[in-house]
Amino acid sequence: MSDRSRTPAAQMEGAAALPRRNGELVFEAPWQSRIFGATVAMHEAGLFEWREFQGRLIEEIARQDSEDYYRRWLTAFERLLVERGLLGRDEIERRAGEYRRLERDLLD
Amino acid sequence: MAEHHGHDHHPEPPSAVEARARALESLLIEKNLVTADAIDRIVEVYESDIGPLNGARVVARAWVDPEFKRRLLADGAAAIRELGISGLRGEHLVVVENRPGVHNVIVCTLCSCYPWAVLGLPPTWYKSAAYRSRMVINPREVLAEFGLHLDEDTRIEVWDSSAETRYMVLPERPPGTEHLSEEELAALVTRDAMVGVARVEVPARA
Repeated sequence: MSDRSRTPAAQMEGAAALPRRNGELVFEAPWQSRIFGATVAMHEAGLFEWREFQGRLIEEIARQDSEDYYRRWLTAFERLLVERGLLGRDEIERRAGEYRRLERDLLD
Repeated sequence: MAEHHGHDHHPEPPSAVEARARALESLLIEKNLVTADAIDRIVEVYESDIGPLNGARVVARAWVDPEFKRRLLADGAAAIRELGISGLRGEHLVVVENRPGVHNVIVCTLCSCYPWAVLGLPPTWYKSAAYRSRMVINPREVLAEFGLHLDEDTRIEVWDSSAETRYMVLPERPPGTEHLSEEELAALVTRDAMVGVARVEVPARA
């Protein structure tokens, strides 16, 4: 568990490389680290190959005109989940709307 | 007797992207495709504990430099900037010192305010309803569940964080560490000790 430098997430290079400062990972908001953690945890649990995620991440980086790395990560992860049939588009929209309107506690 | 320092909290609507991220996480957890603990563990390892590391540097400096400690207790935000730690977004950082007879612990009763800049990401239990409510009502019992048994005559102060003010605990320097360097001391300081749910322990000599 201690050496993560050789795992697929840490080895991504170029535009897909994880944002770092002094070699340490940088998250600018809690949701970024949570979505990063969920992606890596599901990969480690064998739910998808890393390249399946990485390919979509690279596509999103090319497609989205944004400086925000984890925004693109989120889109890539969501696409992977929907395309693999793990989550439905409708339930994601519905749940996101509930959080957005504070109908659901962000901490639950 | 526990004292309770209350402040305003801030249930503001999340941004669209934040709501979306939260939606994915909650659905995945509901469907048992991932657990909150697994996410915590990954984040903690990947971050190399960079957050708590900042706090540990602050604590170790305060232990070896009484003048720094004085400044730290007077104005936490200014003192951590001396060590090159930024990341506070205008909120105050109040450092509360443990000493014989007084133990401090931090909580956020209404949400999950946490001293990010020095401690990194809050662990999942910090955000749990059980911790948030019970730490205020019965801190001695909750601390005992964390394995921290305090004498009956030790006063426990519970500090309720808010959007404006974040707290961090300055733990007591353990006895028998006089020979250690500042860097060696920093390595002993854990996140839990700076939240106030643990003491700083010296590992048994090999």
